[in-house]
Amino acid sequence: MNNQLLPSQVEELNKLCREMRKDIVKMIHAAKSGHPGGNLSAVEILAVLYKCCMKHSPEWDKSPDFDKRDRFILSKGHASAALYSILAECGYFPKEELMTFRKLGTRLQGHPSCRHLKGIEVSTGSLGQGLSMACGVALGLKIDKNPANVFVFVGDGEMQEGSIWEAVMNASHHNLDNLIAFIDKNKLQIDGSTCEVKSIDPLDEKLEAFGWNVITIDGHDVEEIFDAIQIAKTMDRPTAIIAETIKGKGVSFMENNCAWHGKAPNDEDFARAMAELEK
Amino acid sequence: MIKILQGKDREKKSIRSEYGKTLVELGKSNPNIVALDADLSCSTQTAMFGKEFPERFFNMGIAEQDAMTTAAGLSTTGKIPFVSTFAMFATGRAWEQIRNSICYPRFNVKIVATHGGITVGEDGASHQALEDVAIMRDIPNMTVIVPADCTETREVIKFAAEYDGPVYIRLARTNVPNIFDPETYKFDLKKALVVREGKDVTLITNGETLVEALDCAELLEKVGIDAEVIHMPVVKPVDVDTIVESAKKTQNVITIENHSIIGALGSAICETLSENHPVKVKRIGINDQFGQSGEQRELMNFYGLTGEKLAERITKYLKK
Repeated sequence: MNNQLLPSQVEELNKLCREMRKDIVKMIHAAKSGHPGGNLSAVEILAVLYKCCMKHSPEWDKSPDFDKRDRFILSKGHASAALYSILAECGYFPKEELMTFRKLGTRLQGHPSCRHLKGIEVSTGSLGQGLSMACGVALGLKIDKNPANVFVFVGDGEMQEGSIWEAVMNASHHNLDNLIAFIDKNKLQIDGSTCEVKSIDPLDEKLEAFGWNVITIDGHDVEEIFDAIQIAKTMDRPTAIIAETIKGKGVSFMENNCAWHGKAPNDEDFARAMAELEK
Repeated sequence: MIKILQGKDREKKSIRSEYGKTLVELGKSNPNIVALDADLSCSTQTAMFGKEFPERFFNMGIAEQDAMTTAAGLSTTGKIPFVSTFAMFATGRAWEQIRNSICYPRFNVKIVATHGGITVGEDGASHQALEDVAIMRDIPNMTVIVPADCTETREVIKFAAEYDGPVYIRLARTNVPNIFDPETYKFDLKKALVVREGKDVTLITNGETLVEALDCAELLEKVGIDAEVIHMPVVKPVDVDTIVESAKKTQNVITIENHSIIGALGSAICETLSENHPVKVKRIGINDQFGQSGEQRELMNFYGLTGEKLAERITKYLKK
Protein backbone atom coordinates (compact mmCIF):
# COMPACT_ATOMS: atom_id res chain seq x y z
CA MET A 1 0.00 0.00 0.00
CA ASN A 2 1.14 3.56 -0.75
CA ASN A 3 1.73 6.20 1.88
CA GLN A 4 -0.35 8.64 -0.08
CA LEU A 5 -3.38 8.34 -2.31
CA LEU A 6 -2.71 8.75 -6.01
CA PRO A 7 -4.82 11.31 -7.85
CA SER A 8 -6.48 8.46 -9.70
CA GLN A 9 -7.38 6.81 -6.40
CA VAL A 10 -8.86 10.04 -5.09
CA GLU A 11 -10.99 10.31 -8.19
CA GLU A 12 -12.13 6.69 -7.92
CA LEU A 13 -12.95 7.05 -4.25
CA ASN A 14 -15.00 10.18 -4.80
CA LYS A 15 -16.87 8.44 -7.57
CA LEU A 16 -17.50 5.46 -5.30
CA CYS A 17 -18.79 7.79 -2.57
CA ARG A 18 -21.38 9.21 -4.95
CA GLU A 19 -22.52 5.67 -5.76
CA MET A 20 -22.67 4.78 -2.06
CA ARG A 21 -24.81 7.83 -1.37
CA LYS A 22 -27.20 6.71 -4.08
CA ASP A 23 -27.30 3.22 -2.56
CA ILE A 24 -28.06 4.68 0.85
CA VAL A 25 -30.91 6.86 -0.37
CA LYS A 26 -32.34 4.01 -2.47
CA MET A 27 -32.14 1.50 0.38
CA ILE A 28 -33.75 3.78 2.92
CA HIS A 29 -36.44 4.82 0.46
CA ALA A 30 -37.21 1.19 -0.37
CA ALA A 31 -37.22 0.18 3.28
CA LYS A 32 -39.38 3.19 4.12
CA SER A 33 -37.18 3.53 7.20
CA GLY A 34 -33.59 4.16 8.17
CA HIS A 35 -31.20 6.96 9.03
CA PRO A 36 -30.18 9.05 6.00
CA GLY A 37 -28.33 11.80 7.87
CA GLY A 38 -25.79 9.69 9.77
CA ASN A 39 -25.27 7.34 6.84
CA LEU A 40 -24.48 10.13 4.40
CA SER A 41 -21.95 11.64 6.82
CA ALA A 42 -20.10 8.30 7.12
CA VAL A 43 -19.51 7.51 3.45
CA GLU A 44 -15.97 8.76 2.76
CA ILE A 45 -14.51 7.16 5.90
CA LEU A 46 -16.00 3.77 5.07
CA ALA A 47 -14.88 4.01 1.45
CA VAL A 48 -11.27 4.86 2.37
CA LEU A 49 -11.11 2.18 5.08
CA TYR A 50 -12.48 -0.66 3.00
CA LYS A 51 -10.90 0.31 -0.31
CA CYS A 52 -7.48 1.58 0.72
CA CYS A 53 -6.61 0.88 4.34
CA MET A 54 -8.01 -2.28 5.84
CA LYS A 55 -6.65 -5.76 5.21
CA HIS A 56 -9.79 -7.72 4.48
CA SER A 57 -11.44 -9.86 1.87
CA PRO A 58 -14.79 -11.58 1.55
CA GLU A 59 -12.93 -14.81 0.82
CA TRP A 60 -10.54 -14.53 3.74
CA ASP A 61 -12.51 -16.83 5.98
CA LYS A 62 -11.25 -19.61 3.71
CA SER A 63 -7.63 -18.58 4.24
CA PRO A 64 -5.16 -19.25 7.07
CA ASP A 65 -4.62 -15.48 7.21
CA PHE A 66 -8.22 -14.88 8.26
CA ASP A 67 -7.14 -14.08 11.82
CA LYS A 68 -4.82 -11.38 10.51
CA ARG A 69 -7.63 -9.33 8.97
CA ASP A 70 -8.19 -5.81 10.25
CA ARG A 71 -11.42 -5.48 12.18
CA PHE A 72 -14.09 -2.86 11.65
CA ILE A 73 -16.79 -2.13 14.22
CA LEU A 74 -19.65 0.22 13.44
CA SER A 75 -20.51 1.48 16.89
CA LYS A 76 -23.05 3.87 15.40
CA GLY A 77 -24.93 0.90 14.00
CA HIS A 78 -27.60 3.08 12.44
CA ALA A 79 -25.10 3.86 9.67
CA SER A 80 -25.71 0.29 8.52
CA ALA A 81 -26.84 1.25 5.01
CA ALA A 82 -23.46 2.85 4.31
CA LEU A 83 -21.67 -0.20 5.67
CA TYR A 84 -23.78 -2.60 3.60
CA SER A 85 -23.12 -0.50 0.52
CA ILE A 86 -19.33 -0.74 0.90
CA LEU A 87 -19.51 -4.44 1.82
CA ALA A 88 -21.49 -5.17 -1.34
CA GLU A 89 -19.00 -3.09 -3.31
CA CYS A 90 -16.20 -5.23 -1.86
CA GLY A 91 -17.99 -8.44 -2.85
CA TYR A 92 -19.29 -9.68 0.52
CA PHE A 93 -22.73 -10.20 -1.02
CA PRO A 94 -24.51 -9.39 -4.30
CA LYS A 95 -25.42 -5.74 -4.79
CA GLU A 96 -29.04 -6.64 -5.57
CA GLU A 97 -29.41 -7.74 -1.98
CA LEU A 98 -29.04 -4.12 -0.84
CA MET A 99 -32.70 -3.61 -1.63
CA THR A 100 -33.69 -6.19 0.99
CA PHE A 101 -32.38 -3.81 3.69
CA ARG A 102 -34.59 -3.83 6.81
CA LYS A 103 -37.13 -6.20 5.24
CA LEU A 104 -38.40 -9.42 6.81
CA GLY A 105 -35.92 -12.26 6.43
CA THR A 106 -33.04 -10.07 5.27
CA ARG A 107 -29.40 -10.52 6.18
CA LEU A 108 -29.18 -6.73 6.13
CA GLN A 109 -30.77 -6.09 9.51
CA GLY A 110 -31.70 -2.54 10.50
CA HIS A 111 -28.59 -2.48 12.66
CA PRO A 112 -25.66 -4.77 11.75
CA SER A 113 -25.83 -8.34 13.06
CA CYS A 114 -22.83 -10.65 12.85
CA ARG A 115 -25.15 -13.65 13.14
CA HIS A 116 -26.89 -12.58 9.95
CA LEU A 117 -24.14 -11.39 7.65
CA LYS A 118 -20.57 -12.43 6.96
CA GLY A 119 -18.25 -9.42 7.12
CA ILE A 120 -19.95 -7.93 10.16
CA GLU A 121 -17.51 -8.55 13.01
CA VAL A 122 -19.84 -7.80 15.91
CA SER A 123 -23.48 -6.87 16.27
CA THR A 124 -24.03 -3.22 17.09
CA GLY A 125 -26.78 -0.66 17.19
CA SER A 126 -27.30 0.07 20.83
CA LEU A 127 -25.11 3.12 21.25
CA GLY A 128 -22.13 3.33 23.58
CA GLN A 129 -20.97 -0.26 23.23
CA GLY A 130 -18.84 -0.41 20.09
CA LEU A 131 -15.78 1.22 21.62
CA SER A 132 -15.63 -1.27 24.52
CA MET A 133 -16.13 -4.06 22.02
CA ALA A 134 -13.24 -2.70 19.93
CA CYS A 135 -11.06 -2.53 23.06
CA GLY A 136 -11.82 -6.19 23.72
CA VAL A 137 -10.91 -7.16 20.18
CA ALA A 138 -7.73 -5.07 20.36
CA LEU A 139 -6.75 -6.68 23.68
CA GLY A 140 -7.35 -10.15 22.26
CA LEU A 141 -5.18 -9.38 19.24
CA LYS A 142 -2.43 -8.06 21.48
CA ILE A 143 -2.42 -11.20 23.61
CA ASP A 144 -1.86 -13.19 20.43
CA LYS A 145 0.71 -10.67 19.12
CA ASN A 146 -1.53 -10.38 16.10
CA PRO A 147 -0.54 -7.29 14.05
CA ALA A 148 -4.09 -6.55 12.86
CA ASN A 149 -5.68 -3.17 13.57
CA VAL A 150 -9.11 -2.46 14.97
CA PHE A 151 -11.10 0.38 13.47
CA VAL A 152 -14.21 1.58 15.24
CA PHE A 153 -16.65 4.19 14.06
CA VAL A 154 -18.43 6.17 16.77
CA GLY A 155 -21.07 8.86 16.45
CA ASP A 156 -20.57 12.23 18.12
CA GLY A 157 -23.93 12.09 19.90
CA GLU A 158 -22.90 8.66 21.10
CA MET A 159 -20.04 10.26 23.02
CA GLN A 160 -22.70 11.27 25.56
CA GLU A 161 -22.94 7.64 26.68
CA GLY A 162 -21.06 7.08 29.92
CA SER A 163 -19.87 3.67 28.79
CA ILE A 164 -17.92 5.34 25.97
CA TRP A 165 -15.77 7.09 28.53
CA GLU A 166 -15.25 3.85 30.43
CA ALA A 167 -13.91 2.47 27.15
CA VAL A 168 -11.83 5.58 26.46
CA MET A 169 -10.07 4.97 29.80
CA ASN A 170 -9.77 1.26 29.05
CA ALA A 171 -8.01 1.92 25.72
CA SER A 172 -5.42 4.30 27.13
CA HIS A 173 -4.88 2.25 30.30
CA HIS A 174 -4.08 -0.79 28.19
CA ASN A 175 -2.16 1.27 25.67
CA LEU A 176 -4.15 -0.06 22.73
CA ASP A 177 -2.02 1.28 19.91
CA ASN A 178 -3.79 -1.11 17.55
CA LEU A 179 -7.06 0.77 18.04
CA ILE A 180 -8.16 3.61 15.78
CA ALA A 181 -11.48 5.29 16.49
CA PHE A 182 -13.26 7.54 14.05
CA ILE A 183 -15.69 9.99 15.58
CA ASP A 184 -18.27 11.14 13.08
CA LYS A 185 -18.65 14.71 14.22
CA ASN A 186 -21.71 15.70 12.27
CA LYS A 187 -22.81 17.83 15.19
CA LEU A 188 -26.44 16.71 15.16
CA GLN A 189 -28.47 14.11 16.99
CA ILE A 190 -32.15 13.18 16.89
CA ASP A 191 -33.39 15.94 19.16
CA GLY A 192 -31.23 18.71 17.79
CA SER A 193 -27.65 19.90 17.71
CA THR A 194 -25.22 18.13 19.97
CA CYS A 195 -24.31 21.52 21.50
CA GLU A 196 -27.91 22.11 22.52
CA VAL A 197 -28.78 18.60 23.68
CA LYS A 198 -25.65 17.93 25.72
CA SER A 199 -22.37 19.39 24.65
CA ILE A 200 -19.46 17.01 24.16
CA ASP A 201 -16.93 19.73 23.42
CA PRO A 202 -14.04 20.26 23.56
CA LEU A 203 -13.84 16.67 22.36
CA ASP A 204 -10.21 16.80 21.23
CA GLU A 205 -9.00 18.14 24.56
CA LYS A 206 -11.07 15.64 26.49
CA LEU A 207 -9.69 12.70 24.55
CA GLU A 208 -6.14 14.01 24.84
CA ALA A 209 -6.62 14.40 28.57
CA PHE A 210 -7.67 10.76 28.66
CA GLY A 211 -4.39 9.76 27.04
CA TRP A 212 -5.38 9.42 23.41
CA ASN A 213 -3.66 10.69 20.33
CA VAL A 214 -6.13 12.95 18.52
CA ILE A 215 -6.25 14.01 14.87
CA THR A 216 -8.95 16.30 13.53
CA ILE A 217 -9.79 16.12 9.84
CA ASP A 218 -12.41 16.95 7.25
CA GLY A 219 -14.36 13.69 7.23
CA HIS A 220 -15.39 14.16 3.61
CA ASP A 221 -11.87 14.58 2.27
CA VAL A 222 -10.60 11.15 1.28
CA GLU A 223 -6.95 12.23 1.31
CA GLU A 224 -7.18 13.64 4.82
CA ILE A 225 -8.86 10.43 5.98
CA PHE A 226 -6.18 8.29 4.40
CA ASP A 227 -3.33 10.39 5.78
CA ALA A 228 -4.79 10.38 9.28
CA ILE A 229 -4.97 6.59 9.26
CA GLN A 230 -1.31 6.37 8.20
CA ILE A 231 -0.29 8.59 11.10
CA ALA A 232 -2.54 6.72 13.55
CA LYS A 233 -0.90 3.42 12.64
CA THR A 234 2.50 4.73 13.74
CA MET A 235 1.29 5.88 17.16
CA ASP A 236 2.10 4.07 20.38
CA ARG A 237 -1.28 5.02 21.84
CA PRO A 238 -4.91 4.67 20.75
CA THR A 239 -5.86 7.30 18.19
CA ALA A 240 -9.11 9.16 17.80
CA ILE A 241 -9.70 10.69 14.40
CA ILE A 242 -12.29 13.38 14.87
CA ALA A 243 -13.94 13.65 11.48
CA GLU A 244 -15.73 16.94 10.95
CA THR A 245 -18.65 15.94 8.78
CA ILE A 246 -21.98 17.18 7.50
CA LYS A 247 -25.00 15.19 8.48
CA GLY A 248 -26.95 14.35 5.33
CA LYS A 249 -23.92 15.22 3.14
CA GLY A 250 -24.66 15.24 -0.59
CA VAL A 251 -28.40 15.81 -0.47
CA SER A 252 -28.97 19.55 -0.03
CA PHE A 253 -32.24 19.39 1.88
CA MET A 254 -30.93 16.72 4.23
CA GLU A 255 -27.69 18.50 5.04
CA ASN A 256 -27.37 19.81 8.59
CA ASN A 257 -30.99 19.01 9.29
CA CYS A 258 -31.65 16.74 12.23
CA ALA A 259 -35.15 16.05 10.93
CA TRP A 260 -33.39 13.64 8.54
CA HIS A 261 -31.70 11.66 11.29
CA GLY A 262 -34.16 8.80 11.19
CA LYS A 263 -36.69 9.54 8.45
CA ALA A 264 -37.07 7.85 5.07
CA PRO A 265 -37.57 10.04 2.02
CA ASN A 266 -41.03 9.88 0.39
CA ASP A 267 -41.22 9.40 -3.37
CA GLU A 268 -40.92 13.09 -4.11
CA ASP A 269 -37.94 13.61 -1.75
CA PHE A 270 -36.38 10.49 -3.18
CA ALA A 271 -36.61 11.80 -6.75
CA ARG A 272 -35.07 15.13 -5.70
CA ALA A 273 -32.27 13.43 -3.76
CA MET A 274 -31.41 11.08 -6.62
CA ALA A 275 -31.43 13.94 -9.10
CA GLU A 276 -28.90 15.81 -6.95
CA LEU A 277 -26.71 12.75 -6.53
CA GLU A 278 -26.77 11.97 -10.26
CA LYS A 279 -25.32 15.39 -11.09
CA MET B 1 -25.13 -42.39 41.20
CA ILE B 2 -24.17 -39.10 42.76
CA LYS B 3 -23.52 -39.57 46.45
CA ILE B 4 -25.04 -37.00 48.81
CA LEU B 5 -22.80 -36.25 51.76
CA GLN B 6 -24.39 -36.35 55.20
CA GLY B 7 -23.82 -34.84 58.65
CA LYS B 8 -20.19 -34.16 59.48
CA ASP B 9 -19.05 -34.93 55.94
CA ARG B 10 -20.71 -31.73 54.82
CA GLU B 11 -17.66 -29.55 55.26
CA LYS B 12 -18.33 -25.79 55.03
CA LYS B 13 -16.30 -24.25 52.25
CA SER B 14 -16.09 -21.03 50.26
CA ILE B 15 -17.74 -21.27 46.88
CA ARG B 16 -15.87 -18.18 45.73
CA SER B 17 -12.47 -19.67 46.54
CA GLU B 18 -13.46 -22.80 44.69
CA TYR B 19 -14.26 -20.65 41.67
CA GLY B 20 -10.91 -18.86 41.90
CA LYS B 21 -8.99 -22.13 42.20
CA THR B 22 -10.88 -23.80 39.38
CA LEU B 23 -10.28 -20.85 37.09
CA VAL B 24 -6.54 -21.03 37.74
CA GLU B 25 -6.55 -24.73 36.93
CA LEU B 26 -8.44 -24.14 33.72
CA GLY B 27 -6.05 -21.33 32.85
CA LYS B 28 -3.15 -23.74 33.10
CA SER B 29 -4.59 -26.18 30.61
CA ASN B 30 -6.31 -23.69 28.30
CA PRO B 31 -4.33 -20.62 27.17
CA ASN B 32 -7.47 -19.07 25.71
CA ILE B 33 -9.07 -18.50 29.08
CA VAL B 34 -8.94 -14.88 30.18
CA ALA B 35 -10.53 -13.21 33.20
CA LEU B 36 -11.99 -9.76 33.74
CA ASP B 37 -13.13 -8.14 36.95
CA ALA B 38 -14.51 -4.78 37.99
CA ASP B 39 -12.43 -3.91 41.05
CA LEU B 40 -13.79 -6.76 43.13
CA SER B 41 -11.23 -9.40 42.23
CA CYS B 42 -10.34 -10.06 45.87
CA SER B 43 -14.00 -10.70 46.65
CA THR B 44 -14.86 -12.69 43.53
CA GLN B 45 -11.47 -14.46 43.79
CA THR B 46 -10.48 -13.83 40.19
CA ALA B 47 -7.40 -12.24 41.80
CA MET B 48 -6.02 -15.79 42.01
CA PHE B 49 -6.14 -16.02 38.23
CA GLY B 50 -4.67 -12.51 37.95
CA LYS B 51 -1.72 -13.49 40.10
CA GLU B 52 -1.02 -16.63 38.09
CA PHE B 53 -1.70 -15.19 34.63
CA PRO B 54 -1.23 -11.39 34.77
CA GLU B 55 -1.11 -11.16 30.98
CA ARG B 56 -4.55 -12.76 30.73
CA PHE B 57 -6.24 -10.86 33.53
CA PHE B 58 -7.89 -7.49 33.04
CA ASN B 59 -9.11 -5.42 35.91
CA MET B 60 -11.58 -3.13 34.20
CA GLY B 61 -11.99 -0.89 37.22
CA ILE B 62 -15.40 0.11 38.49
CA ALA B 63 -16.89 -0.05 35.02
CA GLU B 64 -19.15 -3.06 34.57
CA GLN B 65 -20.59 -2.03 31.23
CA ASP B 66 -17.11 -1.73 29.78
CA ALA B 67 -16.11 -5.04 31.36
CA MET B 68 -18.96 -6.98 29.75
CA THR B 69 -18.53 -5.49 26.32
CA THR B 70 -14.75 -5.81 26.40
CA ALA B 71 -15.26 -9.48 27.22
CA ALA B 72 -17.52 -9.73 24.19
CA GLY B 73 -14.79 -8.25 22.01
CA LEU B 74 -12.15 -10.58 23.47
CA SER B 75 -14.32 -13.57 22.65
CA THR B 76 -14.25 -12.67 18.95
CA THR B 77 -10.51 -13.34 18.94
CA GLY B 78 -10.98 -16.88 20.24
CA LYS B 79 -10.54 -16.07 23.92
CA ILE B 80 -12.87 -17.51 26.54
CA PRO B 81 -13.54 -14.62 28.90
CA PHE B 82 -14.78 -15.15 32.45
CA VAL B 83 -16.16 -11.87 33.78
CA SER B 84 -16.77 -11.51 37.48
CA THR B 85 -18.19 -8.95 39.84
CA PHE B 86 -21.11 -8.87 42.27
CA ALA B 87 -24.38 -10.20 40.84
CA MET B 88 -26.07 -6.83 41.37
CA PHE B 89 -23.68 -4.92 39.14
CA ALA B 90 -22.92 -7.68 36.66
CA THR B 91 -26.55 -8.16 35.73
CA GLY B 92 -28.16 -4.90 36.73
CA ARG B 93 -25.69 -2.29 35.61
CA ALA B 94 -24.64 -4.13 32.49
CA TRP B 95 -27.89 -5.86 31.49
CA GLU B 96 -28.18 -4.23 28.12
CA GLN B 97 -24.53 -4.89 27.29
CA ILE B 98 -25.11 -8.55 28.15
CA ARG B 99 -28.21 -8.65 25.99
CA ASN B 100 -26.98 -6.77 22.94
CA SER B 101 -23.22 -7.33 22.93
CA ILE B 102 -23.02 -10.88 24.34
CA CYS B 103 -26.26 -12.80 23.90
CA TYR B 104 -27.56 -11.35 20.63
CA PRO B 105 -24.35 -12.28 18.76
CA ARG B 106 -24.12 -15.42 20.95
CA PHE B 107 -20.55 -14.69 21.98
CA ASN B 108 -18.65 -17.12 24.14
CA VAL B 109 -18.59 -15.09 27.37
CA LYS B 110 -18.99 -16.55 30.87
CA ILE B 111 -20.39 -14.29 33.56
CA VAL B 112 -19.61 -15.63 37.01
CA ALA B 113 -21.30 -13.35 39.51
CA THR B 114 -20.77 -13.65 43.22
CA HIS B 115 -22.83 -12.20 46.07
CA GLY B 116 -26.17 -13.42 44.76
CA GLY B 117 -29.13 -13.29 47.11
CA ILE B 118 -29.98 -12.02 50.56
CA THR B 119 -26.89 -13.59 52.14
CA VAL B 120 -24.74 -10.71 50.93
CA GLY B 121 -25.57 -9.71 54.49
CA GLU B 122 -24.49 -6.50 56.20
CA ASP B 123 -24.07 -4.47 53.00
CA GLY B 124 -27.84 -4.42 52.73
CA ALA B 125 -30.38 -4.05 49.96
CA SER B 126 -28.26 -2.02 47.52
CA HIS B 127 -25.89 -4.98 47.17
CA GLN B 128 -28.28 -7.91 47.56
CA ALA B 129 -29.12 -9.16 44.08
CA LEU B 130 -32.60 -10.66 44.29
CA GLU B 131 -33.51 -10.19 40.65
CA ASP B 132 -30.38 -11.29 38.79
CA VAL B 133 -31.50 -14.78 37.78
CA ALA B 134 -34.81 -13.40 36.50
CA ILE B 135 -33.19 -10.81 34.27
CA MET B 136 -30.57 -13.21 32.92
CA ARG B 137 -33.09 -15.98 32.25
CA ASP B 138 -35.11 -13.67 30.07
CA ILE B 139 -32.38 -13.17 27.48
CA PRO B 140 -32.31 -15.50 24.45
CA ASN B 141 -29.12 -17.61 24.05
CA MET B 142 -28.34 -17.33 27.77
CA THR B 143 -27.77 -20.37 29.98
CA VAL B 144 -28.35 -19.78 33.70
CA ILE B 145 -26.81 -21.92 36.43
CA VAL B 146 -27.02 -21.61 40.22
CA PRO B 147 -24.70 -24.17 41.83
CA ALA B 148 -25.25 -25.33 45.39
CA ASP B 149 -21.81 -26.12 46.75
CA CYS B 150 -18.09 -26.27 46.01
CA THR B 151 -18.19 -29.63 44.28
CA GLU B 152 -20.82 -28.42 41.90
CA THR B 153 -19.29 -24.97 41.40
CA ARG B 154 -16.06 -26.57 40.28
CA GLU B 155 -17.81 -28.78 37.74
CA VAL B 156 -20.04 -25.96 36.50
CA ILE B 157 -17.06 -23.68 35.91
CA LYS B 158 -15.32 -26.47 34.00
CA PHE B 159 -18.47 -27.05 31.99
CA ALA B 160 -18.76 -23.35 31.16
CA ALA B 161 -15.22 -23.28 29.81
CA GLU B 162 -16.06 -26.12 27.44
CA TYR B 163 -19.52 -24.94 26.42
CA ASP B 164 -19.74 -22.62 23.42
CA GLY B 165 -22.02 -19.70 24.23
CA PRO B 166 -22.99 -17.24 26.95
CA VAL B 167 -23.43 -18.59 30.47
CA TYR B 168 -24.51 -16.85 33.67
CA ILE B 169 -23.33 -18.53 36.86
CA ARG B 170 -24.60 -17.21 40.17
CA LEU B 171 -22.48 -17.85 43.24
CA ALA B 172 -23.19 -17.10 46.87
CA ARG B 173 -21.02 -15.00 49.15
CA THR B 174 -21.36 -17.50 51.98
CA ASN B 175 -19.38 -20.54 52.94
CA VAL B 176 -21.72 -23.43 52.26
CA PRO B 177 -21.73 -27.03 53.42
CA ASN B 178 -20.50 -29.35 50.73
CA ILE B 179 -23.37 -31.61 49.75
CA PHE B 180 -22.11 -33.46 46.70
CA ASP B 181 -19.37 -36.05 46.93
CA PRO B 182 -16.63 -34.84 44.55
CA GLU B 183 -15.82 -38.40 43.49
CA THR B 184 -19.26 -39.20 42.14
CA TYR B 185 -20.68 -35.80 41.15
CA LYS B 186 -21.22 -35.13 37.45
CA PHE B 187 -22.73 -31.95 36.05
CA ASP B 188 -25.31 -32.38 33.32
CA LEU B 189 -26.77 -29.24 31.73
CA LYS B 190 -29.93 -31.12 30.86
CA LYS B 191 -30.56 -32.71 34.23
CA ALA B 192 -32.13 -31.59 37.50
CA LEU B 193 -31.14 -33.87 40.37
CA VAL B 194 -33.55 -35.72 42.59
CA VAL B 195 -31.45 -35.56 45.75
CA ARG B 196 -34.09 -37.08 48.00
CA GLU B 197 -37.06 -39.18 47.02
CA GLY B 198 -40.48 -38.66 48.55
CA LYS B 199 -44.15 -38.97 47.71
CA ASP B 200 -46.10 -36.22 49.50
CA VAL B 201 -44.61 -33.00 48.22
CA THR B 202 -41.87 -31.89 45.80
CA LEU B 203 -39.42 -29.23 46.99
CA ILE B 204 -37.49 -27.70 44.10
CA THR B 205 -34.50 -25.54 44.89
CA ASN B 206 -30.96 -24.56 43.91
CA GLY B 207 -27.93 -22.66 45.19
CA GLU B 208 -27.57 -22.00 48.89
CA THR B 209 -31.09 -23.15 49.71
CA LEU B 210 -30.44 -26.76 48.69
CA VAL B 211 -28.96 -27.58 52.08
CA GLU B 212 -31.87 -25.80 53.76
CA ALA B 213 -34.37 -27.79 51.71
CA LEU B 214 -32.65 -31.02 52.70
CA ASP B 215 -32.73 -30.02 56.38
CA CYS B 216 -36.37 -29.05 55.94
CA ALA B 217 -37.19 -32.44 54.41
CA GLU B 218 -35.75 -34.21 57.45
CA LEU B 219 -37.85 -32.08 59.78
CA LEU B 220 -40.92 -32.71 57.66
CA GLU B 221 -40.30 -36.43 57.91
CA LYS B 222 -40.64 -36.16 61.68
CA VAL B 223 -44.16 -34.80 61.28
CA GLY B 224 -45.06 -37.46 58.76
CA ILE B 225 -44.52 -35.56 55.52
CA ASP B 226 -42.46 -37.41 52.93
CA ALA B 227 -40.82 -34.71 50.82
CA GLU B 228 -39.00 -35.18 47.54
CA VAL B 229 -36.15 -32.69 47.03
CA ILE B 230 -35.06 -31.71 43.54
CA HIS B 231 -31.96 -29.62 43.00
CA MET B 232 -32.23 -27.60 39.81
CA PRO B 233 -28.95 -25.78 39.28
CA VAL B 234 -29.81 -25.10 35.65
CA VAL B 235 -32.63 -22.57 35.69
CA LYS B 236 -32.38 -22.33 31.92
CA PRO B 237 -32.85 -24.59 30.03
CA VAL B 238 -35.36 -26.30 32.33
CA ASP B 239 -35.28 -30.08 32.72
CA VAL B 240 -39.00 -30.48 32.02
CA ASP B 241 -39.12 -34.27 32.38
CA THR B 242 -37.72 -34.49 35.90
CA ILE B 243 -40.00 -31.70 37.13
CA VAL B 244 -43.13 -33.11 35.51
CA GLU B 245 -42.41 -36.64 36.66
CA SER B 246 -42.10 -35.54 40.26
CA ALA B 247 -45.19 -33.32 40.08
CA LYS B 248 -47.18 -36.26 38.74
CA LYS B 249 -46.10 -38.30 41.72
CA THR B 250 -46.65 -35.77 44.54
CA GLN B 251 -49.22 -33.42 42.92
CA ASN B 252 -47.83 -30.72 45.17
CA VAL B 253 -44.85 -28.52 44.35
CA ILE B 254 -42.98 -25.92 46.39
CA THR B 255 -40.06 -23.87 45.07
CA ILE B 256 -37.41 -22.52 47.41
CA GLU B 257 -34.80 -19.97 46.36
CA ASN B 258 -32.60 -17.19 47.67
CA HIS B 259 -34.05 -14.78 45.11
CA SER B 260 -37.21 -12.81 44.48
CA ILE B 261 -40.14 -15.14 43.92
CA ILE B 262 -40.75 -13.26 40.69
CA GLY B 263 -38.98 -14.39 37.56
CA ALA B 264 -36.43 -17.02 38.55
CA LEU B 265 -36.70 -20.64 39.71
CA GLY B 266 -40.25 -20.36 41.04
CA SER B 267 -41.45 -18.78 37.84
CA ALA B 268 -39.63 -21.30 35.67
CA ILE B 269 -41.33 -24.13 37.52
CA CYS B 270 -44.76 -22.48 37.29
CA GLU B 271 -44.30 -21.98 33.55
CA THR B 272 -43.16 -25.56 33.07
CA LEU B 273 -45.93 -27.14 35.09
CA SER B 274 -48.76 -24.95 33.87
CA GLU B 275 -47.89 -26.00 30.33
CA ASN B 276 -47.21 -29.66 31.01
CA HIS B 277 -48.91 -30.85 34.17
CA PRO B 278 -50.82 -28.16 36.07
CA VAL B 279 -50.59 -28.61 39.82
CA LYS B 280 -50.60 -26.06 42.58
CA VAL B 281 -47.18 -24.45 43.08
CA LYS B 282 -46.12 -22.50 46.16
CA ARG B 283 -43.17 -20.18 45.63
CA ILE B 284 -40.89 -19.50 48.58
CA GLY B 285 -38.18 -16.85 48.30
CA ILE B 286 -38.03 -13.11 48.86
CA ASN B 287 -41.54 -11.74 48.46
CA ASP B 288 -41.27 -8.87 45.99
CA GLN B 289 -39.37 -6.66 48.40
CA PHE B 290 -35.89 -5.31 49.01
CA GLY B 291 -33.58 -6.88 51.55
CA GLN B 292 -31.81 -5.22 54.47
CA SER B 293 -28.63 -5.33 56.52
CA GLY B 294 -27.98 -8.17 58.89
CA GLU B 295 -25.82 -11.17 59.53
CA GLN B 296 -26.22 -13.92 56.91
CA ARG B 297 -27.90 -16.47 59.15
CA GLU B 298 -30.13 -13.85 60.75
CA LEU B 299 -31.32 -12.79 57.34
CA MET B 300 -32.02 -16.36 56.21
CA ASN B 301 -34.04 -16.79 59.37
CA PHE B 302 -35.83 -13.45 59.02
CA TYR B 303 -36.91 -14.24 55.47
CA GLY B 304 -37.91 -17.76 56.40
CA LEU B 305 -35.33 -19.61 54.34
CA THR B 306 -33.57 -21.78 56.95
CA GLY B 307 -34.40 -25.47 57.13
CA GLU B 308 -36.36 -24.95 60.34
CA LYS B 309 -38.32 -21.97 59.09
CA LEU B 310 -39.03 -23.73 55.83
CA ALA B 311 -40.34 -26.79 57.68
CA GLU B 312 -42.63 -24.59 59.78
CA ARG B 313 -43.92 -22.71 56.75
CA ILE B 314 -44.40 -25.81 54.65
CA THR B 315 -46.14 -27.78 57.40
CA LYS B 316 -48.56 -24.91 57.88
CA TYR B 317 -49.11 -24.55 54.15
CA LEU B 318 -49.76 -28.24 53.60
CA LYS B 319 -52.27 -28.37 56.46
CA LYS B 320 -54.40 -25.65 54.92
